[in-house]
Amino acid sequence: MSSIYLIVFLPLLAAIVGGFSNRAFGTLFPKVVTTGALFIACGLSWPIFLSYMSGTAEPHVAQVFTWMRSGNLDVSWGLRVDSLTAVMLVVVTSVSALVHLYSWSYMEEDPDQPRFFAYLSLFTFAMLMLVTADNLLQMFFGWEGVGLASYLLIGFWFKKPSANAAAIKAFVVNRVGDLGFMLGIFGVFLVFGTISIPEILAAAPNHAGSTIGFLGYRLDTLTILCLLLFIGAMGKSAQLGLHTWLPDAMEGPTPVSALIHAATMVTAGVFMVCRLSPLFEQSPVALGFVTFIGAATCLFAATVGTTQTDIKRVIAYSTCSQLGYMFFAAGVGMYGAAMFHLFTHAFFKALLFLGAGSVIHAMHHEQDMRYYGGLRKHIPVTFWTMMAGTLAITGVGIYWLHAGFAGFHSKDAILEAAYAAGGGGQGAFWVGVFAALLTSFYSWRLMFLTFWGKPRWTQSEHIQHALHHPHEHDEPSHEDGHAAHDDHHAHADHGDGTGGYKPHESPLPMLVPLLLLSVGAVFAGFAFNKFFIQPEAGAIFWKGAVAFDEHLAHAMHEVPLWVKLSATIVMLLGLFGAWVAYIKSPSIPARFTATFGLLYKFLLNKWYFDELYNVLFVKPAFWFGRLFWKKGDEGTIDRFGPNGSAAVVKFGSILTGKLQSGYVYSYAFVMLIGLTLAVSWVFTR
Amino acid sequence: MIGLTHYLVVSAVLFTMGVLGIFLNRKNLIIILMAIELILLSVNLNLVAFSAALGDLVGQIFAMFVLTVAAGEAAIGLAILVIYFRGRGTISVDDVNRMKG
Repeated sequence: MSSIYLIVFLPLLAAIVGGFSNRAFGTLFPKVVTTGALFIACGLSWPIFLSYMSGTAEPHVAQVFTWMRSGNLDVSWGLRVDSLTAVMLVVVTSVSALVHLYSWSYMEEDPDQPRFFAYLSLFTFAMLMLVTADNLLQMFFGWEGVGLASYLLIGFWFKKPSANAAAIKAFVVNRVGDLGFMLGIFGVFLVFGTISIPEILAAAPNHAGSTIGFLGYRLDTLTILCLLLFIGAMGKSAQLGLHTWLPDAMEGPTPVSALIHAATMVTAGVFMVCRLSPLFEQSPVALGFVTFIGAATCLFAATVGTTQTDIKRVIAYSTCSQLGYMFFAAGVGMYGAAMFHLFTHAFFKALLFLGAGSVIHAMHHEQDMRYYGGLRKHIPVTFWTMMAGTLAITGVGIYWLHAGFAGFHSKDAILEAAYAAGGGGQGAFWVGVFAALLTSFYSWRLMFLTFWGKPRWTQSEHIQHALHHPHEHDEPSHEDGHAAHDDHHAHADHGDGTGGYKPHESPLPMLVPLLLLSVGAVFAGFAFNKFFIQPEAGAIFWKGAVAFDEHLAHAMHEVPLWVKLSATIVMLLGLFGAWVAYIKSPSIPARFTATFGLLYKFLLNKWYFDELYNVLFVKPAFWFGRLFWKKGDEGTIDRFGPNGSAAVVKFGSILTGKLQSGYVYSYAFVMLIGLTLAVSWVFTR
Repeated sequence: MIGLTHYLVVSAVLFTMGVLGIFLNRKNLIIILMAIELILLSVNLNLVAFSAALGDLVGQIFAMFVLTVAAGEAAIGLAILVIYFRGRGTISVDDVNRMKG
């Protein structure tokens, strides 16, 4: 089966061809090349996935070539294909292909489209390299590749200072996680003598309980390795502590948010934990930590999501929260459920992001939900597709019929597994249920603020701008940004809050991905839950690609009924809460913020993480930087190095220059003295 | 009887006058040239005096060479002086310090 070569390398080829064809062929050629390559890759990926579902395919490795060989370090490029990879292949290529198509319209007025599409394809290549990695170094290559592509795409509108800052922040925060990942790889090589993933996983049980000495302490080897690797996963997957880059990454174009910061790259951490699940299984401490971090992130991001007003940021925090679900599913040992949620989440979250992009497009680049309202009638397709996404993320479904939207199957599976796992999983279960309540609340809040109620568009600067300059059509938002417009004065108010602005439904290339993704959001859970989490079918499907605990898979089906219904109940509560607060009596949010001002501020400012990091890390880092710059570099190296020797030469030349009086007689005098001395030396010797 | 010593004394006096003429002179570059001529003549006097005293003709021939070179040197020195005067309008020794560092 050589289609895997095409799947992985076509996007790279497309990125190179599309990227370097820049101005010569216009913008159409790179768009066609990259999008075409991705659709081919997508078309080739689904048969692989289906063959694993039918149980006919065996895991195998397609060798590419040897990368390096040094001592007993033997690294080769190999494309590993098993059911875990197949899931990721489908997710990555499908979402990427649809995002490529979506970007045809969304980025239509951007002057740098070839660059954009080349970056998107490059990202897809790196992501595919990551998911097909057969050894840790190749995974790290993909890991860094997606980080690079993420940096380039967040900072795509490089004229916007906030986008540059966000790109740098994403890169730097990820470096923190990558340091852990790298140390983990070094440690793995030290302990196992190899970085080939199958060999590590096979050897892991032999090292259970062994200890390693570090700074005079005896530490459990596998716990240390797993924790280090997990720090890498935390950085990439924006888990609590290293999450601060993800909301800022929303400065990038919306299709980028959908592809990288919702569906694929941020799930790389979950994928890595699942890929190395037999290793993690050997360390209960590390798994406990994974559970804890997952649950904490889940709760944290969900609480923050309820107060944000930027539509993309709400979805970003929602992503962060859902990643938390995936991690605590992995932490309690139900890797199948983690991958299942990853799979369904990719569809409905990409859908929500692209839907948000469509709304933003319709509202002339306004992203603040406070200035939306009443859009249901104006952009019906976007509305219905986003509705499908919301139903999916909130987990709408009927237990007795085993039928529901994608999130119903995957999120319920995670909660049931957490409950069934007992111990720390029970805590994670309660946190997960509460987060599900908040998820439902903020998701419906987003829908109600955007699509229901009366239009509040006139307060928006972007809409004002559109009304005042109707013929100067839709320049990309990075051009005007939030530039202050002085022209708020007396525009003819039509009295309905619309200001006469007519939102327009997005063109077809944007609607087709929305519709296709909503099919995924509706049916992905229903169609595939058997293979991911059912005890028997799951074991056949995974074939050891992840540690699949059949006992836990059985146990999660035997949890009490109230556990199974809990997610649905809190979903209804959240819906009701959002309906009361944003439709029935819209004065409630204002009264709430007035009463619980402190709590509201705490949430609005994202638990003050950015401020805390600013004080703890950024300021000291700047201080150190300035110290080394001023005192170290300029004060020591420059002063005694180049500047010092230059000063010595200068001073010496001034001194010797003074000897040169220019008067002939003084030279003659010196000559005479010299001659006299020389002669007397010769004679007195 | 005028012996070798007398010649040598005169030569030494001439040499000293030439050297002092270079150092003490603040007025005129021509005087420096003249002082150099004095030094060369004192050397010549030495050569001729020793030549006569030792009965060796080489010293006198050498003196003729020195005279020739001195003539050439004087011609070049005066030529430079003329050019210099055209450019600067002065040949005062104290003004000639363009080589000052």
